[in-house]
Amino acid sequence: MSLSSKDLLGIKGMTADEIKLILDTASTFKDVSERDIKKVPTLRGKTVINLFYEASTRTRTSFELAGKRLSADVINISSSTSSVIKGETLLDTARNIEAMKCDIIIVRHSCSGAPEYLSKRLKSSVINAGDGAHEHPTQGLLDMFTIREKFGKLEGLTVAIVGDIMHSRVARSNIYGLTTMGAKVRVCGPPTMVPSCIECLGAQVYYNMDKAIEGADVVMMLRLQLERQAAGLFPGVREYAELFGLNPRRLERAAKHAIVMHPGPMNRGVEISSEVADGTAVILEQVTNGVAVRMAVMFLLSGGMRTDAQ
Amino acid sequence: MSIKEKALIFDKIGIDRALTRVAHEILEKNKGAGDLVLVGIQRGGVHLAKRLAAKILEIEKVLIPVGSLDITMYRDDLSTRKSQPVPQATDISFDIQDKIMVLVDDVVYTGRTIRAALNSIMDYGRPKRIQLAVLVDRGHRELPIRADFVGKNLPTSSREKVEVMLAEDGRDEKVVILGE
Repeated sequence: MSLSSKDLLGIKGMTADEIKLILDTASTFKDVSERDIKKVPTLRGKTVINLFYEASTRTRTSFELAGKRLSADVINISSSTSSVIKGETLLDTARNIEAMKCDIIIVRHSCSGAPEYLSKRLKSSVINAGDGAHEHPTQGLLDMFTIREKFGKLEGLTVAIVGDIMHSRVARSNIYGLTTMGAKVRVCGPPTMVPSCIECLGAQVYYNMDKAIEGADVVMMLRLQLERQAAGLFPGVREYAELFGLNPRRLERAAKHAIVMHPGPMNRGVEISSEVADGTAVILEQVTNGVAVRMAVMFLLSGGMRTDAQ
Repeated sequence: MSIKEKALIFDKIGIDRALTRVAHEILEKNKGAGDLVLVGIQRGGVHLAKRLAAKILEIEKVLIPVGSLDITMYRDDLSTRKSQPVPQATDISFDIQDKIMVLVDDVVYTGRTIRAALNSIMDYGRPKRIQLAVLVDRGHRELPIRADFVGKNLPTSSREKVEVMLAEDGRDEKVVILGE
């Protein structure tokens, strides 16, 4: 079994079978991180480059560990310390890297579509680690993996995503993935932060958080980017937390068995209270699962003998 | 060219008799069940390992630990395959340090699966001894690997395929040679 493309650019357009393949493969890779010797020789001799044009702790470390645990050679390039500051273009940077014979290039960029742009021009496999507000497919996959681990399935579950949906690539990837796998997705946020055609993606829109999480199986909180306040998208942190923050009292409206997720990093006391974050939330499990999912993706993309048509 | 069953090697009773003999041989060679553990290689060896453990329980009245090992991540052909195999579960929930481990697989052919299994086991610990039990040895080894316990030695052509079908997979029990 394999994925239909040499790249992982987004969850939109992936079939349920492909998503299931990645999640199933990730379960086995999760065991590797639990063992004493956290390494398998699967990608031995392969070269993986993390090309990050935006800051990251979690995602980059997660990809780096995933590659190293598969015995690949991993190099991190962050734009701030590279020739990008001398004005080198994205394509030149990527082509130069490819000339050093790299097998997988993982790209995070502030422009939506940057990974796709590269994927069409490079022979290497390109993995999207987050592009603008477009997609963050490995986050979507690890979120689905976490939910599936807890509930045994994704079909029929109700997932509420709350926060700045407009600027969230995590929300988009999750909406594509969860709807493809048969879950019901609700999005909720201030009207200034919910884009106008989001229902077209299959999500139900709410502006009232209490109603949005009523009976939900999963509550996924998104980080409030505090700089949006300067742009006039919300009046104040306290008011935001009052109306759209998750605290224990509000969480009672969700289903009894509900789980709380957050892609990180979180603003404690703003979109999520410390009691919920440190109590019922599965945030750290998401991080653990992230390494497994990224190992699975790299494994599935690294099979040999791909024709140019693929 | 259509693939069809060319010969029946074992029927259900034949499989059972072979496993009974193999279980006896394992106990004979290791002078009992002390320190013995069985590890079935995914996917063909897993059910056979459990059956061998059940037979050893009958014969020696000792319950030995049984685990399963997936070797996908240790394969030597991942770069050249068109698509990746889906890894199955590895479940070795007991300590293997200083144990006598008998690896179990349905068929040994080139020996590369066993090589991968040995590398994988080394990442889990250090058994005292590793032995190999297979239901069928079909020859054509590409590596210096040999089985200690064999259900049947079966000369085959490399154009043929040996298929082991077990009831646990919902199939009619038998071992056949498939070919053109």
